[in-house]
Amino acid sequence: MSGYIPVTKAQKRHMLDIIGAETESSLFSDIPGDIRLKRDLDIPKPLVEMELYVHMKKLADKNISSEDKACFLGAGVYDHFIPAVVNHVVSRQEFYTSYTPYQAEISQGMLQAIFEYQTMICSLTSMDVSNASMYDGATAMAEAALMAVSAARKKTVLVSKTVNPQYRQVLDTYAKFCNFKVAEIDYTGCGHTDIGRLEELSGDETAAAIIQSPNFFGVVEQMDEAGKVLENQKALLIACVDPISLALLKSPAEYGADIVVGDGQALGNSMSFGGPHFGFLAAREKYMRKMPGRIVGRTQDRDGKPGYVLTIQAREQHIRREKATSNICSNQALNALAASVYLSSMGEEGLRETAGLCVQKSSYMYNRLLELEGFDPLFSGHFFKEFVVKSKREVCKLNKNLAKEGYIGGLHLGKYYPELDDCWLIAVTEKRTRKEIDGFVEVLKNEAYI
Amino acid sequence: MKLIFEKSLEGKRACKLPGCDVPHAGLDKLIPENMARNTDYALPKISEPELVRHFTALSKRNHGVDSGFYPLGSCTMKYNPKINEDLSKMKGFSGAHPLADETHVQGCLEILYMMDKMLSEITGMEHFSLQPSAGAHGELAGLMIMRAYHEKRKDMGRKKVIIPDSAHGTNPASAAMVGYDVLEVKSDRRGNVDINALKELISGEVAGLMLTNPNTLGLFEEKIMEISKIVHDAGGLLYYDGANANAIMGVVRPGNMGFDIVHLNLHKTFSTPHGGGGPGSGPVGVKKHLARFLPSPAVRKKDDEYYFEYNMPDSIGRMKSFYGNFGVILKAYAYILTMGGKGLKEVSETSVLNANYLMEKLKDHFKLPYERICKHEFVLSGIKQKEKGVTTLDMAKRIMDFGYHPPTIYFPLIVKEAIMVEPTETESLEALDNFADAMIKIAKEAIQEPDKVKNAPYNTAVKRLDEITAARRPVLKWSQDR
Repeated sequence: MSGYIPVTKAQKRHMLDIIGAETESSLFSDIPGDIRLKRDLDIPKPLVEMELYVHMKKLADKNISSEDKACFLGAGVYDHFIPAVVNHVVSRQEFYTSYTPYQAEISQGMLQAIFEYQTMICSLTSMDVSNASMYDGATAMAEAALMAVSAARKKTVLVSKTVNPQYRQVLDTYAKFCNFKVAEIDYTGCGHTDIGRLEELSGDETAAAIIQSPNFFGVVEQMDEAGKVLENQKALLIACVDPISLALLKSPAEYGADIVVGDGQALGNSMSFGGPHFGFLAAREKYMRKMPGRIVGRTQDRDGKPGYVLTIQAREQHIRREKATSNICSNQALNALAASVYLSSMGEEGLRETAGLCVQKSSYMYNRLLELEGFDPLFSGHFFKEFVVKSKREVCKLNKNLAKEGYIGGLHLGKYYPELDDCWLIAVTEKRTRKEIDGFVEVLKNEAYI
Repeated sequence: MKLIFEKSLEGKRACKLPGCDVPHAGLDKLIPENMARNTDYALPKISEPELVRHFTALSKRNHGVDSGFYPLGSCTMKYNPKINEDLSKMKGFSGAHPLADETHVQGCLEILYMMDKMLSEITGMEHFSLQPSAGAHGELAGLMIMRAYHEKRKDMGRKKVIIPDSAHGTNPASAAMVGYDVLEVKSDRRGNVDINALKELISGEVAGLMLTNPNTLGLFEEKIMEISKIVHDAGGLLYYDGANANAIMGVVRPGNMGFDIVHLNLHKTFSTPHGGGGPGSGPVGVKKHLARFLPSPAVRKKDDEYYFEYNMPDSIGRMKSFYGNFGVILKAYAYILTMGGKGLKEVSETSVLNANYLMEKLKDHFKLPYERICKHEFVLSGIKQKEKGVTTLDMAKRIMDFGYHPPTIYFPLIVKEAIMVEPTETESLEALDNFADAMIKIAKEAIQEPDKVKNAPYNTAVKRLDEITAARRPVLKWSQDR
């Protein structure tokens, strides 16, 4: 008997007697005999906790962890600092072992936490409404495109090539099956979305344009100009943003964004090989009833005491079925809770300092790299925590050498942009120290590797 | 309870950061004025002890599986093993970057590879993709695969998907997203798909049928092989919604029931915690003839080394960034390794035993619309109590006063005043008996003291909440001037 199953053999017999069943298998007599499995499942023999720990430790040790090597790899997932309180709060069983808060009176903790989360996301993005979270940044972006297509009743969504390539792949998947078209906008030599092309491409059939800032290259986009073009075209601007950058960079409302999305991993969630993270999705009030996912609202109980409930559910699948705005049911609530704790722990000042450190340290590293023989600048646009350099040496080889010396190198951009095969995307978060940055540069100078 | 913003005070802050250790210029040089933020934003200003007290106080106003019984039907709220939480926090997993060189993340790849193999064995499928983040996301991927399959065969006229009237709301919502019209097939008097109604709906325009088995009434679709034949003979595919897979592990496999596409909910059947709404994980699996349509990339193995296969020309494409909710997947992997094949069968057998036992204890006190063996859950109706003016909602609120989370209510839609109870295998006989006693007490109260039930709950953090005003006059965030 498994330690997770608390019913003894004798108790089972007693229960069967009450039910009036002969054996446990007679409770499966409604399953036709010829389709039943006549053998045991072919799964390795069970491990007890001690054995399991050893097995999993062995697997974990096959991976390189950002805790052991200084991580300069970003491209959508970042090694930001996570205060200890975050894990302690999200490890409270009342949060992590609960379900979606359908029954409000017994779920006030999670509901209020989500309400606070929505407030923080609205504050950072300067939007009116935030939902309770999406699966990740990529799916938040794809759902924002669906929202725009539905709101504008137009079928084309423009997307800049500077948007995270994996996000664009997800967008393509959704477009292919969910009946809208995607057209891509090229980038300029500065590393910006080509605003001229944006203007040319946007027309009567354009529901929205998606622009990421800071973009995949780390470059801060000319969002003001994009906003103006789209306003003239009466198309929506979907901004995909880095939440930490919003401490310093113009808020999406200021440049006319209608829907704001992004990935929230940077806010208190570990990299965990790409998930679970969460996506955020916020919008102007007029799009509220087009939004996907859970939304929490404030109300009162019978005594007039404030309380919280899931609300505006007439958009959702369990009420509207095939007419719902989206099929999303489970989201990433616990990861959103981690973000709330992170943001509460940082406060405005802490977030601004984090963002400032990212800018200063990435700028320092950029300059140090360009001092080296064989490295050249590519884009001239301002960047936030990530940047591109051109390398005369093979990028994959550089990364291999760095790994030997205790560093996780940057992304080989050729993987996603064939025209940028000699380019390296490097992320520098607030966690990277001068010693690590200088050490990284020293490895590149090491003659043994040249 | 006050919001964290209402506890905020200028000058307080929890987390301190180190100073800048690189030579630095003024920020205005790096972020020019036209790119800089001009508007304020408000985050809490709070010290660490106050922050911890705030969230601890919130947690006390929330019911989790560890707090007590959580018989939320269709959600499989079983115990979430503690060791698995610890394992997911091992630095080799939590600190693994998803774009690291494949040779540097072999441990992660091995878990994904093994999960593909083990989930395929449990369900009788050929391959799984671990990418979908939740059940509904798995459904979306599965339906895209369905469409890709028909389109690849140039069979373009299939625009409809058949879904039972007892199905989860995500089924029709997912089908509509992929561009299918939904045909609803009604249930028969035994709570199963009405075979004659299905025969009337089936045609060359039908892309497939989505089915949960056991269905949302907790009843096994006894005529599954006939259903399978009807759908396949018409050229359609059979889709298995794995929300109720906890009832059948090691007993019967969707692959042997004729299903072509399956999604599983790792946060239900495979014990990973639901996190107050997520993260979940909804892997999608298929039979051999559909494997080429699975999301890309796939994990493969060559000479003891694992790698990602991106060359999948017929793939529906990518469903999310990277490879799925890895941290959730690894907990499910650890769970399967702990249980083993026989253990998984014991899980299903015990969940079915617990449900039948509880149904037996309650069936004289509530209306039982389908009197037959149930699987891992069963549905009662509060119609008898409704006649006295006490609704299922009232009784659900009253259950909270006894320290239980209410069952799922008003679902499935085909049962009036539905009360859907799923005890799971991780509840003891003692817990089941106590819950049954509470339910029976409430059933009696509904007749003898209806007002007591109608005004419930009494012992919760707040009394009954006004959901109608919340929707009519939405307040969706805090603001200073309120």
